[in-house]
Amino acid sequence: MSQINRLGGGQIDRTKTLDFKFDGKSYQGHDGDTLASALLANNVRLMGRSFKYHRPRGVLTAGSEEPNAIMELRDGARQEPNTRATTAELFGGLTAKSQNKMGSLRFDFMAINDRFSNFLTAGFYYKTFMWPAAFWEKVYEPIIRKAAGLGSISFEDDPDDYDRGFLHCDLLIIGAGPSGLAAALTAGRAGAQVILADEDYTMGGRLNSERFSLVDQSGADWAAKTVAELTSLPNVRVMARTTILGAFDHGIYGALERVSDHLAVPEVGKPRQILWRIYSKRSLLCAGATERPIAFENNDRPGIMLAGAMRSYANRWAVTAAHNVAIFTNNDDGHKTAADLHAAGVSIAAVVDIRQDAPLSEEYEVIAGGQVVNSNGRLGLTSIEVSLPDGNTRALPCGALGMSGGWNPNIHLTSHHRGHPVWNEKIAAFCPPDNGPAGLSVAGAALGNFTTAEALASGACQANAILKDLGIKQNKVVLPLAEDAPANMTPFWYVKGCSRAWLDQQNDVTVKDVKLSHQENFISVEHLKRYTTLGMGTDQGKTSNMGGLAIMAELTGKTIPEVGTTIFRPPYTPTAIGAFAGRDRGTDFRPTRKTPSHTWAEEQGAVFVEVGMWLRAQWFPQAGETHWRQSVDREVLATRNSVGICDVTTLGKIDVQGADAATFLNKIYCNGFAKLLVGKTRYGLMLREDGIAMDDGTAARLAEDHFVVTTTTANAVSVFRHMEFARQCLWPDLDVQLISTTEAWAQYAVAGPNARKLLKKVVDPEFDLSNDAFSIYGLRQYHCVRWTKSAFV
Amino acid sequence: MIINHPILGPRDSAEFTYMGDAALLDRPDWQAKDALLQFVDYGYLRDNPAGPHIELWYHEQGDRSFLVVTRDTTTHQISSVKLASDVARGRGRSK
Amino acid sequence: MHNLSATTALGGTEPRTEQRGPITLNEEPGYALASVAARKGGERATVLAIQRIIGAAAPKPNHAAGNTVTAFWTGPEQWMLEAPYDSHETLFAMARAEVKGKASITEQTSGWCRFDLRGVGLGAVLERLCPINMTKFQPGDATRTSIDHLGCFVICRALDHISILGPRSSAASLHHGLLTSMRSAY
Repeated sequence: MSQINRLGGGQIDRTKTLDFKFDGKSYQGHDGDTLASALLANNVRLMGRSFKYHRPRGVLTAGSEEPNAIMELRDGARQEPNTRATTAELFGGLTAKSQNKMGSLRFDFMAINDRFSNFLTAGFYYKTFMWPAAFWEKVYEPIIRKAAGLGSISFEDDPDDYDRGFLHCDLLIIGAGPSGLAAALTAGRAGAQVILADEDYTMGGRLNSERFSLVDQSGADWAAKTVAELTSLPNVRVMARTTILGAFDHGIYGALERVSDHLAVPEVGKPRQILWRIYSKRSLLCAGATERPIAFENNDRPGIMLAGAMRSYANRWAVTAAHNVAIFTNNDDGHKTAADLHAAGVSIAAVVDIRQDAPLSEEYEVIAGGQVVNSNGRLGLTSIEVSLPDGNTRALPCGALGMSGGWNPNIHLTSHHRGHPVWNEKIAAFCPPDNGPAGLSVAGAALGNFTTAEALASGACQANAILKDLGIKQNKVVLPLAEDAPANMTPFWYVKGCSRAWLDQQNDVTVKDVKLSHQENFISVEHLKRYTTLGMGTDQGKTSNMGGLAIMAELTGKTIPEVGTTIFRPPYTPTAIGAFAGRDRGTDFRPTRKTPSHTWAEEQGAVFVEVGMWLRAQWFPQAGETHWRQSVDREVLATRNSVGICDVTTLGKIDVQGADAATFLNKIYCNGFAKLLVGKTRYGLMLREDGIAMDDGTAARLAEDHFVVTTTTANAVSVFRHMEFARQCLWPDLDVQLISTTEAWAQYAVAGPNARKLLKKVVDPEFDLSNDAFSIYGLRQYHCVRWTKSAFV
Repeated sequence: MIINHPILGPRDSAEFTYMGDAALLDRPDWQAKDALLQFVDYGYLRDNPAGPHIELWYHEQGDRSFLVVTRDTTTHQISSVKLASDVARGRGRSK
Repeated sequence: MHNLSATTALGGTEPRTEQRGPITLNEEPGYALASVAARKGGERATVLAIQRIIGAAAPKPNHAAGNTVTAFWTGPEQWMLEAPYDSHETLFAMARAEVKGKASITEQTSGWCRFDLRGVGLGAVLERLCPINMTKFQPGDATRTSIDHLGCFVICRALDHISILGPRSSAASLHHGLLTSMRSAY
């Protein structure tokens, strides 16, 4: 009995069947499925347990805003916690585990917490663990640590690679729904350099989720056709599976491309993910909108989900959560779900619409002016209780319930530079602020244009406005005919009198907690968030914030815009730390510098030490030596008694030339160089402005206007920087040129009584190395070799 | 951030090393009567404005130019970028 | 004189070659390098000297020029000269003679390791390395930028040929970074 909840149609490939496991049990899905859609197809509604009360939870959404269906994906070192089943692409061999349970998902011992919910309200920790103080470290903290968090990690090194990259464009389009596609078509055909990025693996946004969004063709077909055209344009880069994480300064955006997350294992040499830095002249946010739930008693049971998500599951993935479905809505959009499910052969228990003037249907029952006041079913929804306009209550059996409380524009990126969202009374939602990131425009549902026709038009219109700003010839694109019916809505946030009605399902924040927060005077939105944890966690309150604000507004006698909203910061969705680290980890954390004798030293079995980024041969063990002192003592004695050589290329070397070279060195060293003879070397001490020693080294005079100075290994970069500062910023008219030659010259110290003898073996006989000719601090240049003689090593 | 280099055009700030307050250009005259006090100020005291800040950026991974950048510390808006050697000359620095 | 054998920056006696997809990566040890920095008042003379040396106008910022001997801009009033080592071992001396004291010349041969990437589709490799806008990087363009924390010169020789010059001591790290990008892209 597999995939009993699979419907007809959809955009899955039924010819490709994929095996996967959830909590050890095997299931089958199809290519094109997400983990969530495949589980629903197999009639799995219970997908996790909640954070605090360990309540049974199912999937709420069909996208990245998912608070409940978060799982551990894969095994072993690749195990990843808190992965949203709604965005995880199904692949053959996928294994997933539910999290946040003790025992099995069906019988979670921690579910006892739900019985003590009266104690575990907002502020529970602050109030309970106050005393005795000595208990904190030994008793309370270990218990809390054990209970805290959601998924678990493997504690093994991540075996995958993460890459980074840099992209440039005239226009970055964020989101490839109707508005994003219309904008990309407009700007792409006009010849602008366009990047179109979407977090989904199939572009099209809601076009893929609707049956009748376009009048004369399917939305999904138009999206596919448009994406194909865009992909063929050399000036357009189409990036699916790519989330724009944040808006940074001066048109820079962070983008995470999931290159291999849809594969069991990345291809050899390929990264798992790439963090792109996108340099854009302009950007257009087409991120769409997120549906809002409605709070009522026990609204968190598996099977209760957003109505729009239900429609996505039915139309895109050909899946229904149950074969008998009810809808609870405050707007016309909820009715669309009922119509689509009905057309797909799902029986509609009823559409419960809070509005007295709700549109009626000939196909199924509509309860106008009704409200869902409670739900039943231990591990999944079995029935709902509906209060009727006449005051009676009616029980309605159903296996799933779709909620629609209206839609919130996805304006997150517009707040990344601290812009405060603006309330729009017409759609009862926060809309983009005027002071969003410079260069960022907004189109489509993210701007509050909720119909497909509006979204298409607004995408094209914004793109043309941007083209005009960029001085690129505008382009009129013929857009497909699309549905344009306004989704009439009456704001409705929660059912009066409810208490254990969930606002934030991930953090277990209920209407009661918001009331408690108000009672205890945490009424500012920022305090409300922190006291109750409303809007925290992996979903950052994408589905929950508005309900909390609306209730706080009511309790304080203010309007929602007066209460205000918390704003958003990057990343838009959870991002693996590995992606931020990119290549910079392990031995690749920073470059390794090797001396010219490195390969030779390796062959001699040298033991290396890291000095800054350099690897320096520290000693050369010989057969029979078991302790480093034996090797070092032998080397020291050999040098003292005969001769020793040392690769000191790591010392910094700077070529200083120009008519004022000596004057310049006089200024930056505390000792003088003007009188140093050509062919001589002098020790130099460099001080900071406050007299503290900065560095020391030698300066050799090769000519009147030419010195080579050395620095210590560690300070080579900072001394060069300091000298450039002095040259450019302090004495800009001195004739002096600086070139670092650390890399260009190998440098060896030759020491010991036989040093001269050794040199004579290497240097041709016509070169006089006698003490008279080559005295202390003397300097000779011979072909491409320079010799200095100094007393300090 | 993007710094519009006067010679090279827009460059990622990641190529630069931040060198702090451009007051570093105004190194006191070491022969002045109150040189000690001036050097204490020069060495240790920096303004930390919330708003426009004139600062030094060193294009260390690029052409090694020191730039004087006027940047609003609250918005990162950059209103002017000049070669530090030009600014230094403008402030009377020479040899 | 003595039995010295030259090693490349990667430590081998032969230059390394790698292939991935359409892209080849070659270690190119055979080039002499010398830097030219104009002295105060010698700016014009330096530009003319470079023109005589490379047989083309001295390259402007962000550019390279020349044929056998080439030059690329490295900083205000600063250039790097580059020529095949076998024919121009004395590039440094030749440049010093040509500038007649109007510029400071510094021997840089072997101070920089050079890797050449060849093939169609270099953009996909380069965009994983550095922030150069590859859609606009044309033959004759040259710039210095940061690659895996290393300050490197990137020179576009042809649409399917890019040279990267990095500090010699970090040649292995740079080579590893280039290979990683090739594998990531192809």
